[in-house]
Amino acid sequence: MKWGIVRFPGSNCDQDLYHVIRYILGQKATYLWHKDTDLQNCDIIALPGGFSYGDYLRCGAIARFSPIMQEVLAHASRGGPIIGICNGFQVLCESQLLPGALIRNRTLHFVCQHVHLLGEGPALKQTKLYVPIAHGEGCYYNSPDGLKKLEYENQILLRYCSPQGTITEEDNPNGSLNNIAAICSPNRRIWGMMPHPERACEAALGSTDGLTLFRCFLQQISTA
Amino acid sequence: MNNTLNTQDTFTTAARLGLTEHETQLVLQILGRNPTFTELGIFSVMWSEHCSYKCSKPLLKKFPTTGSSVIIKAGEENAGILDIGDGWAICFKIESHNHPSAIEPFQGAATGVGGIIRDIFTMGARPILLANSLRFGEIRGHNPQALHNRRLLAGVVAGIAHYGNCIGLPTVAGEVSFDPAYEGNPLVNVFCLGILRHQDIRLGRASGPGNPVIYVGAKTGRDGVAGASFASRDLTEDSKKDRPAVQVGDPFTEKLLLEACLELFQDAEAVVGIQDMGAAGLTCSTCETAARGNSGIEIELDLVPQRETDLDSFSIMLSESQERMLIIARKGHEDRVLNTFKKWDLDAAIIGTVTEDGLMRVNQHGTPVAEIPARRLTNEAPIYRLLAQPPASSTHIPPQPNLNNLELTAALGALLSSPTIASKRWIYRQFDHMVRLGTILSPGHDAAVIRIPIHEDSAESPAYKYIALSLDCNGHHCALDPYTGAQLAVYECARNLACTGARPIGLTDNLNFGNPHNPHVFWQLEQATEGIAQACIHLGIPVTGGNVSLYNQSPLGPIDPTPTVAIVGLIDDPSHITPSYFPTPELDIWLLGHPYGHLGGSQFAKEILGKKSGPCPQLNPEQELALHHLLRQLIAQGHIASAHDCSEGGLAVAIAECCFHPLHPVSAHCDLTCFLNPPAQTCSFAELLYNEFPTRVVISANQNNAQKILESAQAHHIPATKIGRTTPHDSPLTLQLANHKLTFDRAQLYSSWATALESIMQLQPTT
Amino acid sequence: MMKAKVLVTPKQGILDPQGVAVQHAMSQLGMSCVTEARVGKVIELTFTGENEQKTREKLDQLCQELLSNPVVEDYHILWEGKTA
Repeated sequence: MKWGIVRFPGSNCDQDLYHVIRYILGQKATYLWHKDTDLQNCDIIALPGGFSYGDYLRCGAIARFSPIMQEVLAHASRGGPIIGICNGFQVLCESQLLPGALIRNRTLHFVCQHVHLLGEGPALKQTKLYVPIAHGEGCYYNSPDGLKKLEYENQILLRYCSPQGTITEEDNPNGSLNNIAAICSPNRRIWGMMPHPERACEAALGSTDGLTLFRCFLQQISTA
Repeated sequence: MNNTLNTQDTFTTAARLGLTEHETQLVLQILGRNPTFTELGIFSVMWSEHCSYKCSKPLLKKFPTTGSSVIIKAGEENAGILDIGDGWAICFKIESHNHPSAIEPFQGAATGVGGIIRDIFTMGARPILLANSLRFGEIRGHNPQALHNRRLLAGVVAGIAHYGNCIGLPTVAGEVSFDPAYEGNPLVNVFCLGILRHQDIRLGRASGPGNPVIYVGAKTGRDGVAGASFASRDLTEDSKKDRPAVQVGDPFTEKLLLEACLELFQDAEAVVGIQDMGAAGLTCSTCETAARGNSGIEIELDLVPQRETDLDSFSIMLSESQERMLIIARKGHEDRVLNTFKKWDLDAAIIGTVTEDGLMRVNQHGTPVAEIPARRLTNEAPIYRLLAQPPASSTHIPPQPNLNNLELTAALGALLSSPTIASKRWIYRQFDHMVRLGTILSPGHDAAVIRIPIHEDSAESPAYKYIALSLDCNGHHCALDPYTGAQLAVYECARNLACTGARPIGLTDNLNFGNPHNPHVFWQLEQATEGIAQACIHLGIPVTGGNVSLYNQSPLGPIDPTPTVAIVGLIDDPSHITPSYFPTPELDIWLLGHPYGHLGGSQFAKEILGKKSGPCPQLNPEQELALHHLLRQLIAQGHIASAHDCSEGGLAVAIAECCFHPLHPVSAHCDLTCFLNPPAQTCSFAELLYNEFPTRVVISANQNNAQKILESAQAHHIPATKIGRTTPHDSPLTLQLANHKLTFDRAQLYSSWATALESIMQLQPTT
Repeated sequence: MMKAKVLVTPKQGILDPQGVAVQHAMSQLGMSCVTEARVGKVIELTFTGENEQKTREKLDQLCQELLSNPVVEDYHILWEGKTA
């Protein structure tokens, strides 16, 4: 598998993702510049965290219109796999590759901490994970109908939960509707998540649960 | 020269700009004629304390600045550089943004972060982490002052978070404390560290006549005109009217500027010199690069990218618009420079050339507006030897409480929930402290530990260096005794590093003091710098640079002297990295060092007894150093599982904090009976539990290592006493003192410590 | 020259934590009569005066695609007519 990591001006988790893909997952990775229009035959497109275009106007709003994103949209329409993390998730929602929107955290504060997550759906089943989040606008919102559709289509991948794995309001760090932390497209090949799995792939950094998440993603896209 | 002022206007204008009569005479002498308005502005900012260190320079000379690992010394460039081996080096510095933050906390703190990051990447280093040291007035209560202080804290934290998070640098360490002494004059000191290979070092020098001078980054506006001289005045009621002097930060532009500069540096030829435009903007960067390069520089202001029309030369030269750099390119490589910035969508313009005549020549619309010998401007700022006078001696009687068990028990909870000691999670949760995948020990431990990748992209597996960082200063101690207080800060930092397994390699300092023309304040500065110098010499570490921030006072008087220090250390083997928290139950708890001391200068005296008086805790430098060696030895031999030093709140607070791991907490049972009634003195329970004498560390260890710990401690002449055992997290935390047993609900203590700051920040004013 | 202001506001029914904070603070500062506050943004635009009809149409399109996010925001364009 060859990963293409899109670099928007203001991306800042691009190198972290590259490190994990290359040295921990042992796969090929290359950077894709936002002004380019060539995906360089990458199999997987990764949209990293950061503050693309300063997150001015709205997070991910301007990134959506960059030249490379037109190619990413084409890649998606061919059924190509995409993973968007944090700002990348925001870009995916703004691009309407994933439904809903990410708005300002309920507390109005940026929040950086490890959170407990509960997986669901065919890829993540009931996996419990412990992975960091770091965002100011990670409150997932969707219309009541949109939410119903997500649930019906099994598109919810992860929810914020307690250390024991129960979904409670208390363990919701940003006010996301129904504690939603990650979702996927109906064809299950486009994943978007607020948590940063790339920050949880080495024991030295406190957790290796991010690896589980990447492996489930790889497994899912190889089977679906 | 046209447009020179007449002599009378020269003196009145100079006075308005903050130049003394003596300094104005010096200006006339250097120029050999009357100055223009723009020239006077240039002199006033370059000769402000912020840029020239005119009051502090004689004191800073005492600092040791050399050592086998020093590559760039303090004062030579924007920041010092230290070798860390294998061809790699680190570059770090701390800087204050106190006054801008007092006026506009969000932007003041944000631009402080932006400024220190530029100081690091202008040296050719990739910034990899941030840290900060903050001081505020009392934040508890419903009164307007407390409300204002909470707003300052919230604004400063949000400003640092905004800039650091957006640019993608982890804020990994910090220290915050609260005291009425900072009422109206909060302190915001920010630290940045970067890494580079030896051959990538860049200097702020304009050399090679004919080489083009290129302006890059954001456009120039009226922001912060004369901020440097603003930073060198007392804060007054009128300061609020200075609001236009506060700059607005744009971390997005700085991120682009950072990436563009580092990309450009990969071309070894294109760049001759580079300097950021920080305090005093274009003025400082042009004259300093020319002076260091032993050359002159000539620029045309019409070529400077501008955000507003009709900017006059004074405003352009003194603007402190953020996110700008000055590059001296090699002739013939202009296109390489311009194209790189174009790729990153940044402005870049050739605004002048390096000359031979040693003059800083500034033109606007083709006519000269300033012509000043660059070296004389930067090197001949007047130096003042100010009057130092110790204050009338204060009380040397330590505060003496007489508390019963119940009161002693209550005191621990009260101390743990006081804002200075309480968990700072409300703050550091707003900082991205994990980006860049380096944070091994995150905020909450004695020192931050970070791994730095030093591998080339072609390598098969990553290679790392491990560095530790701690910041410290106890203004309360420094107010009682600035010499000892400053020493205590240095040794505490070094002790924090030793607790994680690191050895210190260099120090940067931020000297925050009041108005130096007050002889008591200058005496404090003199004492504190002497304390830092002696401690660094003793520890064998160089001071690699820093910042002096004077005039920190409000109508209420000067702040407590606050010589903040940050020490960087190296850990040779990642298996040595040691946490502060007790990791598991069933471990022995030891105290290394002896527990005795009086309550002078303690948080207990301040919070519980309401006394900020008495003698400062005493220090024995030899014993302190022996303790650090002992810790590193025990850690290297794998004998200890955790180490946490006793600082604010003393031994009792230290033990409690060790039980506060956020995810896997444990509890403890400690028996301190053996410390009661030591030979030839009496020691009250309160003194034993809460004194803040240095040179003490609480460790946990497997019981099989007891003999080894005792032997090593003995060899280093450090007392080692087994004081208890760690227990499961749901057992009570107990402290036994002879037949008195203090019992605490661990979870309750934890929760009061963990949520105190958050609860305080939610307090509402009474209407 | 033509000018317009685009007002972008959170959709009715969407939790607006900034608005709640503002309402709360105003109430604390003596305006308890404020029952709701919504925080949005204003985008001030200046155009060349050419082809007004086309400008209006294009702006409306970009309000939906770029300047607001229809999932969570409404927008309203205030035309300020021709100046100078």
